[in-house]
Amino acid sequence: MRRIVQHRLFWPVFSLVALIVVNTVARPRFIKITVRDGELYGALIDILRNSAPLMLVALGMTLVIATRGIDLSVGAVMAVSGAVALTIIDDSSSPGSTTTVLAAIAAGVGVALLLGAWNGFLVAVLNIQPIIATLVLMLAGRGVALLITDGFITTVNSHPLNYVASGYLLFVPFAFVIAVAAVTVIALFERRTALGMLTEAVGINPEASRLAGVRSRGIILGAYVVSGTLAGVAGIIYSSNIRAADANAAGELIELYAILAVVLGGTSLMGGKFTIAGTVVGVLIIQTLKSTILFLGVSSAESPVFFAAVVIIVVLIQSPRVHGLARGLTGRGRSSEVPARTDAEVPA
Amino acid sequence: MSTGLATPSRGAVAAQQVRSFLDRRALLMPTFAAFVIFVLLLIGAQVHFGNFMTPLNLSALLLDNAYLVILAVGMTLVIVTGGIDLSVGSVMAFTGILCARLLADGHSAALVVPLIILGGAVIGLLIGVLVQYFDVQPFIASLAGLFLARGLAFVVSLSSIRVENESVLWLQTTRYRFGEWYITPTGIMALLVAAIGAFVMAYTRFGRTIYAVGGNEQSARLMGLKVARTKVLVYIFSGMCAGLAGLVLTAYSGAGYPRNGIGTELDVIAAVVIGGTLLTGGAGYVVGSVIGVFVYGTIKTVISFMGAEQSWTRIIIGLMLLVFIGVQRIIVVRAERRR
Repeated sequence: MRRIVQHRLFWPVFSLVALIVVNTVARPRFIKITVRDGELYGALIDILRNSAPLMLVALGMTLVIATRGIDLSVGAVMAVSGAVALTIIDDSSSPGSTTTVLAAIAAGVGVALLLGAWNGFLVAVLNIQPIIATLVLMLAGRGVALLITDGFITTVNSHPLNYVASGYLLFVPFAFVIAVAAVTVIALFERRTALGMLTEAVGINPEASRLAGVRSRGIILGAYVVSGTLAGVAGIIYSSNIRAADANAAGELIELYAILAVVLGGTSLMGGKFTIAGTVVGVLIIQTLKSTILFLGVSSAESPVFFAAVVIIVVLIQSPRVHGLARGLTGRGRSSEVPARTDAEVPA
Repeated sequence: MSTGLATPSRGAVAAQQVRSFLDRRALLMPTFAAFVIFVLLLIGAQVHFGNFMTPLNLSALLLDNAYLVILAVGMTLVIVTGGIDLSVGSVMAFTGILCARLLADGHSAALVVPLIILGGAVIGLLIGVLVQYFDVQPFIASLAGLFLARGLAFVVSLSSIRVENESVLWLQTTRYRFGEWYITPTGIMALLVAAIGAFVMAYTRFGRTIYAVGGNEQSARLMGLKVARTKVLVYIFSGMCAGLAGLVLTAYSGAGYPRNGIGTELDVIAAVVIGGTLLTGGAGYVVGSVIGVFVYGTIKTVISFMGAEQSWTRIIIGLMLLVFIGVQRIIVVRAERRR
């Protein structure tokens, strides 16, 4: 039992299960999944479907955070990728053809990849602080997206594009399939090769890992490229869902939710050890929470208050000082974990 | 003969003095560069448009950006300690809409204004306590503040509320004229906040502690400086600035609106960085941040003069930010190499 409780995924999974239980008690329909015409329906399925963009973005964010970085530009990259893809479809003579849509999606994601490489270049090659390096694109990106769409909201009606967000593949929503595929591929690359360990080494001590022969520059660059590309895919899903490219609203605040998901999952913002499974759980917690807030009848505009409360609770749970207090209360003096960096201790 | 010897050495001494002045003041260079760019922007716009550097236009620069100046002053103190405050835009929206709501409910401005500044201070206190006592990263702690304030803004009202209170509108409509120049009470407030910020940073013990904490927190603590108190106080100060900015923005737009200030924190951070403050902490000037805001405001005005899309503002600010962090990088690397 103790080992289960001490597992680093225990609290995230516990929170998710608790949320689902509370929802089910409040409205039994929540847990129900029905099959209609070979497609699954239900509140849980909606959560999975709607979580896809955040899942992709948070996945890339996990890698970037593992290298001690942060990528603030993901929302702007989403806007750019959606704008590029939908403008191409809108300008083409046959917006309904699968070839056009595939080419447009490739172009959008390609641009996103380049933007990610740009971030990586600034951070890994020019050694600029990640927060500032990605802030450049966060500011400029939305402007670029607005220029691409001429400041309008480009609406597109194209069947293959709509399929991305609302279609089904083998009973499950296609968007969720994309997210699962991305998680699987990244997890295999990170955990079945040495890449994950090297990424953690770079995050824990960049200088030491460089001296040990790790090519940290390439690893950091790669993390930003992955983050940019995944944000690009997320942008396509978002645009497909609203059937329009909205340069202002696409991916608004998603960088913050993605960072929150990563932290909820148990990856420290200090870099180093990361957990992809934790991020997945973190994303599902956020999405379930959003659905819960909606169910409670709180207007979605007010939902940030709940998220503020969640952020504060989570960071307090992770805080060494609170751990110390809790140990003091329960009277358990011994502890296997080292509570805090000594330099972070506060003088009286 | 002695003069023959003295003359070259005097020249060398002068050159040496200039060099050592530049070395010691290397961190002033980005601020100076921002000032040069500001002047060049003004001159360039004047040459291009012919009617840009008019007293009316330059007065409007302060009026239009008063709230940004106030936010930038608070942000400068936070960034110099090595922190960051993402919450300012949301706090401004919250205090702005709260101000409009309370005034609409018939409360007097004398009660409402201190209350909203207190509101900003409380959110700042929350962030500061999370950062200092619970060891939460400033980014995440102020993110919580951002969510909280934005949500509270919508709790207060989902739509905009007009302000009809005369004393608040007075802040905006009064124009003290000096020939063709004018200044509004909001402009005076902005300059006053900047002056207080600059004075505190340069001449008080609190200000010196801010630089020390940002330079090296560990050393500052070992020197016996009050690190904990200082770090909490800068977030409270930033929150109060955001509260005041909410009042100024409400007066400026004549209404409170809960969607105000989305992304403003980024504009403010950009202005502060352009003004020469190092994001790693330990160096920066309030005056620089004010110049940074003016650079931002000038670019915005130029773009509206050109009749171009306002989306260009952020693209240009983004590029400018890039140039400035490049310059800062070079300065820091050179300073390290010299050591």
